[in-house]
Amino acid sequence: MDSLALHLPALLVAIPLFTAFLIPLAGRAGGTVRSALVILGAALTSLAGLALAARVFAGGTVLYVFGAAAPHAAIPMDSGGIPIRIIFQVDALGALMVVIAALSSLAITLYSLAAESRQSGKDGFYSMLFLLVAGVLGMVSTGDLFNFFVFLEISSLAGAALVAYRIDQGEAVEGGLKYALLSTVGALSVLMAIGILFAQYNALNIATVASRLRFGALDMIALVLLAVPLAMKCGAVPMHFWTPDTYTTAPSSITALLVVSSQASLYGLFRILFTLYGDLLRFNWAVFGWFLVILGALSAFVGVTMAIPQKDVKRLMAYHAVSQTGYMLLGVGVGLAVFADAGALAAYGKTAMAGGLFHIINHAMYKGLLFLTAGAVFYRTGTRNLNRLGGLGHAMPWTMVFFMIGALAIAGIPPFNGFASKLLIYESVFRFSPFLAILAMVVSILTLASFVKVFHSMFMGPPRAEFAGVREVPAPMIAGMAILAAFVILAGLVPQAFVDRMIAPAVNALVDRAGYIAAILGGH
Amino acid sequence: MDIPWTLQTGAGAWNPLLWLVGFAVAFGVAWLVRSRGRPDNRSGDALKPFISGNEEPENAGGHIPASNLYWGFTEAMKAYYSRLVPFHTGIPSDYVAWLLGVMALMLVIALTV
Amino acid sequence: MITRLLLAMPFLTVAVLLLLALGALLFKRNLIKMLMGLSLMESAVNLFLVAIGYRQDGIAPIFTNAPQTLMVLPTVQALTLTAIVIGVATSAMMLSFAMVIYKKYGTVDVRNIRKLNG
Repeated sequence: MDSLALHLPALLVAIPLFTAFLIPLAGRAGGTVRSALVILGAALTSLAGLALAARVFAGGTVLYVFGAAAPHAAIPMDSGGIPIRIIFQVDALGALMVVIAALSSLAITLYSLAAESRQSGKDGFYSMLFLLVAGVLGMVSTGDLFNFFVFLEISSLAGAALVAYRIDQGEAVEGGLKYALLSTVGALSVLMAIGILFAQYNALNIATVASRLRFGALDMIALVLLAVPLAMKCGAVPMHFWTPDTYTTAPSSITALLVVSSQASLYGLFRILFTLYGDLLRFNWAVFGWFLVILGALSAFVGVTMAIPQKDVKRLMAYHAVSQTGYMLLGVGVGLAVFADAGALAAYGKTAMAGGLFHIINHAMYKGLLFLTAGAVFYRTGTRNLNRLGGLGHAMPWTMVFFMIGALAIAGIPPFNGFASKLLIYESVFRFSPFLAILAMVVSILTLASFVKVFHSMFMGPPRAEFAGVREVPAPMIAGMAILAAFVILAGLVPQAFVDRMIAPAVNALVDRAGYIAAILGGH
Repeated sequence: MDIPWTLQTGAGAWNPLLWLVGFAVAFGVAWLVRSRGRPDNRSGDALKPFISGNEEPENAGGHIPASNLYWGFTEAMKAYYSRLVPFHTGIPSDYVAWLLGVMALMLVIALTV
Repeated sequence: MITRLLLAMPFLTVAVLLLLALGALLFKRNLIKMLMGLSLMESAVNLFLVAIGYRQDGIAPIFTNAPQTLMVLPTVQALTLTAIVIGVATSAMMLSFAMVIYKKYGTVDVRNIRKLNG
């Protein structure tokens, strides 16, 4: 049992990878076997993720060196002080992201078992779904730059293939093409930056590169080549154009997973700014802090205003995903902008970062929930057009309740989880810049307005004749939505418990650059 | 186990429990007021909605489609939307151009500041 | 002078390839040509990786008949192999997307691949 716990970081990626390639084999034995394997794989992946996260939150950073005699032996005896092996380094921030991926992937897999039951080609679908999960989990737990690129590409490729999987008159392929095109250009830019860093420092390990960084012109070029594509991958305005196209055409369960995958890119962005480049004296905090703040404010406002006139329910929700990402960028950006000022950082910078990181996990849960309810409506009615929908509240009460929970949470209505993280952001950002705080509140109001519209047009009104045969969705879909809804309510009722146990350690891990380096290279 | 109910925000605090209690109290007051109403006044014409003296429309035609909601908002913001929406061309090469453009801008900023 | 120029050659080639790739990505109307640009970009980055891995008078890590055991660590070469594999997967997937789009939309002009917009 102990040795199993020791190898948790490897299992975290190995289980979904193994499941992914086992699924076509299981599919030969029949649909039931495949479904059983899918459930087993998802459950084991989540279990490994949650167990690893629990270990990190209890005992600090977990290291795993692949191929070494002992999982902690980061630097081989004869390597001259360079960690040459692939190393997984999961600190509290990584653990937070692992929790997000573990919970949502479990809920999403359960949901898609029922939602995809009428489709063909399920072997490939589930294989790619597990590859996507493996990619996301790898991105947030690796301590190696090139490894990060590989997992980024795995998640992008699997994501694009899943988006385009059901061709749907070519529109789904168009969505997948745009996602794949931008992801590839972005990933190549990331690879170029990794090359620039390797050429100078002869290392790929994040901690080692961070400890040797000289902040020359080449390093700044590498930073831009890393940061901008990752900001694009998380859907920041003005690079958000792919988000509505891709999120709309993907199957709803995949859209919910793409949200998680884009948040893994957000994690990468924060990791690079704070851990790789975050030298207190030599890094230009203000420039990159304002970079995030401006992207965040733009995303929040442009996202929500573009959402209001949309007629396609998933396109509307996709623009809200852009808008909510803005809050995260805003919160963490404020922390980054005031990082060099210890007084401001302690007074409100860390709270802003806590708000931003808390919003990541909250958003993954309620936005996942909202996309799943949209998928449930599509599953029964076959349309996403808000002008044609109506009166579904009579036939689909559970879906309606879950939608209400998600909608109130995204609009920041107490006592749901969206309110808790937004409150942290409002109150801390107000002390940084009152204008930005007011902008954030206006965005929240507009969010509520647009979800009132969705609620009205999907569920309210008398039952319609064309939807006479519509019933509630099958139990696995309800179970998937219930997992996410339960988290939304729980995190709304006891937000401080989450902040104390998960968010505050994650913020401390994010600002503790020396600690991250010391975990690999030994104490200073 | 000690559950921390209050969220500390640095500048203030937020307690969901208190909010729920307040919600319950407000609900109780509303229920109390309602229960003190006259029970005999629940029949006949009082049940019909009053729509400026017009006849109540048929049930099925009463649903307002999504496009008609917030028409006033989008109409008032027309100047904003007519500038913003054209950026969302849907052409893949434009998307790449935006990514490369932001990258170029940030390169200039990062190398000069 | 000549040696320095020769050593800089790979990097100049990378720059030229990158410019060609960006030009194709931004200004070509044909989707297939855009994807060719993407492939060129992949090659440019791969060439860059291999070029930074060059160590003058270094010894390749092939142990048979090696003059000494102090050798170059072949990290970037391994990276390049991985990147090539990923690149092949990307190209294959994107070309199949282009095929489906041509079947369904009847065009490969990127300016017409915009059913999703607004």
